[in-house]
Amino acid sequence: MWSRANLAGALAFLAVAVMAPMLPAWIVSLATIAFANAFVVLGLIILWRAGLVPFGQALFYAIGAYAVALIGRYTGLRDAFLMVAIAAVCAGIVAFFVGYLLARYRDIFFAMLSLAMSMILYGVLVKTETLGSTDGFHVETPTFLGYAPRGPALNLAIFWLVLGLAAVSASLVALYFRSIAGALSVPVRDNEIRVEFLGISVTRLIHLKLVVSGILAGMGGALAAFSVAHVDPNMAYWTTSGGFVFVTILAGTSSVAAAFVGSFAFELVRSIAVDILPGTWQMILGSVLLLTILFLPDGLGSVVSRFKSRRPRTP
Amino acid sequence: MVSRIWTGAAALVLASTLPALAQQPAQQAQPIKIGIVTFLTGPAAAPFGIPGRNAAETLIEALNAGKAPAPYNQVGIGGAKIEAKYVDEAGSTANVVTEFRNLVQRDKVDVVLGYVSSGSCLAVTPVAEELQQLTVLDVCGTPRIFEEKPRKYVFRVNPHATMDNVAAAKYVMEKRKDVSVYSGINQNYAWGQDSWRDFNLTMKTLAPKATTDKVLFPKLFAGEFGAEISALLTSNSQIIHSSFFDGDLEAFIYQSAARGLPQRIPLVLTTGETSLYRAGSKMTDGTIIGARGPHTLLAHDSPLNTWFQQIYTERYSQPAIYPAYHMAQSLFGLKMAWEKAQTKKGGARPTIDEVIAAFEGLEFPTPSTTVRLTLGKGHQGATDTAYGTFRWNKSEGKPELTDIVRYPAECVNPPPDMDSVAWLEAGMKGAKCN
Amino acid sequence: MLTALAIFTDGLVYAAYLFVVAIGLTLIFGVMKILNVTHGSFYAFGAYGAATAVGIYFDKGWPVAGGFLLMVLTAMLIGLVIGIVLERGILRFVYGKDEVVIVLVTYAVFLILEDVLILVWGTNSYSAYQPLAAAGNFEVGALVLSGYDMGLIALAATLAAASHWALKYTRYGRLLTVVIFDQETAAAFGINVTVVFTLTFVLGAMLGALGGAVMAPKISVTLGIGVEVIVLAFAVVVTGGLGSIEGALLGAFIVGLCRAAAVHLVPQLELFVVYGVMALVLVFRPYGLFTQVQPRKI
Repeated sequence: MWSRANLAGALAFLAVAVMAPMLPAWIVSLATIAFANAFVVLGLIILWRAGLVPFGQALFYAIGAYAVALIGRYTGLRDAFLMVAIAAVCAGIVAFFVGYLLARYRDIFFAMLSLAMSMILYGVLVKTETLGSTDGFHVETPTFLGYAPRGPALNLAIFWLVLGLAAVSASLVALYFRSIAGALSVPVRDNEIRVEFLGISVTRLIHLKLVVSGILAGMGGALAAFSVAHVDPNMAYWTTSGGFVFVTILAGTSSVAAAFVGSFAFELVRSIAVDILPGTWQMILGSVLLLTILFLPDGLGSVVSRFKSRRPRTP
Repeated sequence: MVSRIWTGAAALVLASTLPALAQQPAQQAQPIKIGIVTFLTGPAAAPFGIPGRNAAETLIEALNAGKAPAPYNQVGIGGAKIEAKYVDEAGSTANVVTEFRNLVQRDKVDVVLGYVSSGSCLAVTPVAEELQQLTVLDVCGTPRIFEEKPRKYVFRVNPHATMDNVAAAKYVMEKRKDVSVYSGINQNYAWGQDSWRDFNLTMKTLAPKATTDKVLFPKLFAGEFGAEISALLTSNSQIIHSSFFDGDLEAFIYQSAARGLPQRIPLVLTTGETSLYRAGSKMTDGTIIGARGPHTLLAHDSPLNTWFQQIYTERYSQPAIYPAYHMAQSLFGLKMAWEKAQTKKGGARPTIDEVIAAFEGLEFPTPSTTVRLTLGKGHQGATDTAYGTFRWNKSEGKPELTDIVRYPAECVNPPPDMDSVAWLEAGMKGAKCN
Repeated sequence: MLTALAIFTDGLVYAAYLFVVAIGLTLIFGVMKILNVTHGSFYAFGAYGAATAVGIYFDKGWPVAGGFLLMVLTAMLIGLVIGIVLERGILRFVYGKDEVVIVLVTYAVFLILEDVLILVWGTNSYSAYQPLAAAGNFEVGALVLSGYDMGLIALAATLAAASHWALKYTRYGRLLTVVIFDQETAAAFGINVTVVFTLTFVLGAMLGALGGAVMAPKISVTLGIGVEVIVLAFAVVVTGGLGSIEGALLGAFIVGLCRAAAVHLVPQLELFVVYGVMALVLVFRPYGLFTQVQPRKI
């Protein structure tokens, strides 16, 4: 039941979790936000394997973030696990309804329609002055099943929460890819009509994938909201969606771990670029992206896959 | 033979460091690191970020050489040189918070200073409190920072944006008593929405019978205002309020002037000063200009102001506009507070808590005016402000502001015990105007 | 009545702006199936180049008409240079790859070009208002219309007509139509698709730069003007149907009119108009307004 990949992945997560208190605080914070964003990337990998690239995942990301923020602002609920669960459910429900419309579209039309949905949410949030409009508002500090840390302990707690949920999600998604629905992703991308001829409803399949990636994006948004402690409408803007798509392409679709590695690499490169060239850091980011695409066209995850495929397989 | 070369080299290196070591007397000489965060890229760079950074660079250089006039003539801050690290504010809120943490935890700066966007300020403030990092917010205008919660480690020397629109309304009613219909065109985001709200609330108090006609909120950085200008041309307003800045402001100036709008209906530009020198020749005479405080052409005359304008213009070939003044105010406030704490400690380097104690409620001179930290329990500054009417001086080819009216701080800022919006809704109760 | 006229003219002006910006993008996408994010950079470079050229020109006090011509020529030149450099230098290495990967390449190039802009022109903003002022204005009742805006409409109409004629009646145009329809078959028939790609990309770049150049006099040319334009152009192109110039024209017209109506009548909706129109069109016509009949591959 435990494949080698799963074991390796679990060990990696455990190692990171144990190392965290010894790492510099700024790396832990960087990793927290990177891994939170990686949830969205995970959802995008699910969709990309089926040939769909939405440019509107920020919709669910923002819903998850605002759900957590609104709960903190208007109710007394503070438990992180509960809040993330509610955020995931909210995002899932919206994905369910939006999916009815989106599942019929493909290619650029799918991308732009999902973009339109996220921009509509953006517009609504900007117009809502009680929620601070574009300035956004503060997210209350969460507690963890009764444990209420402050200061550096809080950062570690949020990091461990993200890590734990990431491990669970990653293994579930990996399981999904090995299931029939997951295995059908590539055939759907290649030739939908033949899949229909097999008796499977492609629209239902894509609808399911949309809901799953919506839930993942909602979780990512909620965790990001805890990490940054602030939400604003920009989380629903198309540039946010674009950022996720680009990390996805950078990471590649070959493995689930790629989402986390790729996301962390992206955040790290960005931080380093801003550090060394404050006025022209975009150029560094762009160059790194370009070089990665030219020399690693299947994304960073392909490095891992290539490494794996070199070892002799025993039958 | 080789080892002798290496020994010789090592000795040389050691010897060269000795003088440097000797020059470091006590712990005072350890430099003070300031992380300065502002927009270095993107559309907010040209109007706010770059003038702010320019002012910081020039001032820090002058301060480190001890060249500033009294009371800022001590070298650096309290004798220690200032080391500045510049960080770009561009990016999502998550990026801004990440970079703040990097400055504090990775680069271990002593002070973080800056932030133009109100969103950034709001996001960074709780993090500053959590990390116990002394932070001086710079340009951002939202009053929410200190009205939502009292803060310990965060200060803002520059007044918030409420006074800009209160003074604008007062100036309008003073100069054009007959205003009965007014319109507004503001960017559709928090700054534009808040500016219009404050202006509107003040007008309701000053001119209860006046009504609004066109209330327009084009998208931020839209750049193309054809439809909005048509709407305003066909309205019967007597003045148009706008909190547009730079890119959008200049586009609006060019496009509206080309269609004769400002000649027909005067504009009230609450941040118009940022475009005075760039678009000045295209602005229409009679436009009402604000500078978010008494800055540049509205500044009080003082040797400090003359000196500041001189060093800025010498280096950058253009006058310092209000974002540069804001940066100067922030830096001078920090310096004054730190040196006050240091003096109290007999010359030893103060702790952060001692600096905070000295900073609270501080009063100090700046190039344009005097700042008093009277709001936000001593953490938020208030100054007087001024508005003027624009006129283009054709013979000298430069902009001028006439009919300048000054408003004292207590007239246009809320009292220490009231939130800005509540104060406006209560008809500006307790305001002390002359 | 005046409001109706205002809505109509404002709609036309905004439509002209959208069309001039979007035509290059729809051309590149139609022929090469590339979603060119770098289009925003073409726009920005065209604007900066025109602003610099206009600034120098009008400082010397030369006749006004030449100023307009100079703007157009500067844009074409900049588009030409950047287009060739990008296509031959970077794009041709990624043609065979996944569409989404190519988008990422254009995005990476866009980031790099944004900073090249800073390196060349600095962080200051530039203005090129002289052509706008020189074009004057004229009154229609209480409404004052700008001569420059009318010129924009004329330009858009000319571009539309010229591209329509070029696609139907010139050899290159007909080659383009074939390649848009089916790239592989075109190659099988002996059409040099590589050359067509290069020419198309360069043409798209020139048109993008032209869009920036003609807008420069109306706006303040500053950092970031390329970013918003990208999404607007994409929305128009998708609404109209990819690769269809008539579609881009109609899409621009619908979006422009709806937006003008929103500003005059229901200003609260202004923020949603572009995306709302696009979403609405897609609901009824999933592939945009003008689409080519695609055979289903089984």
